[in-house]
Amino acid sequence: MALLEATNITKTFGGLTAVNDVTLIIEKGVIASVIGPNGAGKTTFFNMLTGIYKPDKGAILFDGKSIAGTRPDQIAALGMRRTFQNIRLFDNMTVLENVLVGMHTRLHVPFWQIIASAPGVRREETKARDEARERLAYVGLDAKREELAKNLPYGDQRRLEIARALAGDPKLILLDEPTAGMNPQETDAATGLIRRLRDDLGLTVVLIEHDMRLVMAISERISVLDYGTKIAEGDAHTIRSNPRVIEAYLGKGAAGAAA
Amino acid sequence: MATMSPPTNLWEQVKATLSRGPTGYSFLGLYAAICTWLLLTNPRTSLNTDIAFALFLLLLLIIYRSQVALGFKVALGGVMLLVVLPIFGTLNPFYIDVATQAGIFVALALGLNVVVGFAGLLDLGYVAFFAVGAYLWGILSTEQMTLMNPAWSPVPPIMFYPFIFLGLIVGAIFGVLLGLPVLRLRGDYLAIVTLGFGEVIRVLANNLDRPINITNGSQGIRGIARPPLIFADFVRNTLGLNLDDQQLYQQFFYFTVLLIVLLTVVVVSRLKHSRIGRAWEAIREDETAAIAQGIPLVRTKLLAFAVGASFAGAMGVIFASKQLFINPPTFDLIRSINILAMVILGGMGSIPGVMLGAVLVTMLDLQILPRLATVLRDLQRAGAPIPSAFDPTQYQRLFFGLLLILMMIFRPTGILPDERRKEELVEDQVVDLPLDDGEVDGGQPPPPTQAPPGSGPIT
Repeated sequence: MALLEATNITKTFGGLTAVNDVTLIIEKGVIASVIGPNGAGKTTFFNMLTGIYKPDKGAILFDGKSIAGTRPDQIAALGMRRTFQNIRLFDNMTVLENVLVGMHTRLHVPFWQIIASAPGVRREETKARDEARERLAYVGLDAKREELAKNLPYGDQRRLEIARALAGDPKLILLDEPTAGMNPQETDAATGLIRRLRDDLGLTVVLIEHDMRLVMAISERISVLDYGTKIAEGDAHTIRSNPRVIEAYLGKGAAGAAA
Repeated sequence: MATMSPPTNLWEQVKATLSRGPTGYSFLGLYAAICTWLLLTNPRTSLNTDIAFALFLLLLLIIYRSQVALGFKVALGGVMLLVVLPIFGTLNPFYIDVATQAGIFVALALGLNVVVGFAGLLDLGYVAFFAVGAYLWGILSTEQMTLMNPAWSPVPPIMFYPFIFLGLIVGAIFGVLLGLPVLRLRGDYLAIVTLGFGEVIRVLANNLDRPINITNGSQGIRGIARPPLIFADFVRNTLGLNLDDQQLYQQFFYFTVLLIVLLTVVVVSRLKHSRIGRAWEAIREDETAAIAQGIPLVRTKLLAFAVGASFAGAMGVIFASKQLFINPPTFDLIRSINILAMVILGGMGSIPGVMLGAVLVTMLDLQILPRLATVLRDLQRAGAPIPSAFDPTQYQRLFFGLLLILMMIFRPTGILPDERRKEELVEDQVVDLPLDDGEVDGGQPPPPTQAPPGSGPIT
């Protein structure tokens, strides 16, 4: 059974159809990409998967449960986590605290126990801190755990967002342009990290990305959106040679270069 | 721009010497002794006593800030608050009343700080919850009950104790009631709605005297019950203190308020450093990102409103009983703004800061500004060149306003800022410096290359 099945999703804003009848099936354990020119509806699509928008039409099944119309925090608790195109960290909290917030759905001591400072509270807190530091170490940020998130360099902020998403023990992680604004070295490091998420942790990864080198290198499956419609789907080779993609996305001039 | 940690100078050296080691202990001990002596030898309300009292409060702050052993701090602070101040209170009823008032406002400011400082929800109608608690006890413990329905009678005064707890719960319920309709609002819009809510409660208190007389309208409620003095025999016979009922009540309310403040501090700081406190902070920082971490927005915000309001509700019960009389103007907008000023002046989000802010504003209101006015008036009478049309007592609020303005210019983070908040503001000031390309986007470091616009940011 596929981990995520979004079938015939449509979303309109006023007269604009941002996403039109798009179907996306993500099998467990793959790295998949959604690409398309600016304004193709990729982020809108992500926002429907994570519950920020409710699709006008269509069904979304995550891990066998229907989640169309479910609140974003509930979807996050079910194990779907995301990062944002324009990094959204808790700027004035420390790196460690950011990850601890990501762990929110896994911390359960009730309110009255916190007030009474019951023994379970400290135990859970210590465990959470240890685990958060593990996640930070995994992305290579443990040494900076006491810094404020906003003081991190750009690449580290991206990695912190991934660590924060990992803190929720997700099944599926959606990365919205994880390498936007990165230089080639940072992009390479990010590529390695994304691959490790799947290979070491067994996560399913879906990314929106503009860097074709990255997309072609790591995606097992690529879906192409243009003006809200899915125009092609397949592995890197298929997409590279698909004439509609070349026309809509890469452009005729780039077709020669890509071939 | 505020200068951070100036190079070590004489003042810093003195501070360092006096705050730790043998000099630290002897300094604190000596200071405490002088303070006690000053207070106990100047029992009559005067400028001298005011100064001694201010020194006493400063001592508490210094004890908190010094770096001596925790046990010593607690012991010294405990002796000052539990022994010296109450004894002084038996000599001079005014100052223990000021201390009690200050304590009430400390609890209120701590409650508001949960909503404004932790969760970042600007609430301009906070005094409404205080009013709810006060009217709860005010109505149920007096003849108002009989006025509403001749078959009903006031609850017995001993019920005061469970009613503190009931005030807590009723406050929390009203917090949720206010929270529910305003959850979708942020910032300025939220502030306006909460302001409206505060006014609604006050206007209700003012007008619910017809057709059924519930609140006695603008007349206010008189003769609010005080709990029986169950400890009177113990104090008079066992301790051998010859205090009249009035003095005993003052002591009683002082200690009750102190206890509630202590509980509030414990609860608030435990919450702050828990998953709940982090969730509040995350919502304050970025709601969308907070939801994406699985934080339920509605429940978390409502919890902030409920927790904040509950302290006000409980304090309302105590306040009503202490004052014996409440009326609608006691709970007007100015009162809400005053509490907010305490939070901001002390340092938003910072528990010690907010407590200090509350004490300071209460002192200004009850003591410093009236004293300043009397001093100025005495000068005027003595022939100082102050125009005769100028009546200093009329200008108290002006001084208060000026102080707030100066404070925000020279120390915008508050007196004892939350360590993290401090950095936040200092950082922003750096960013606010005129950049050559004018690219100021709220403190976010600009990415090396502009990210593609894509489908635009989500809202």
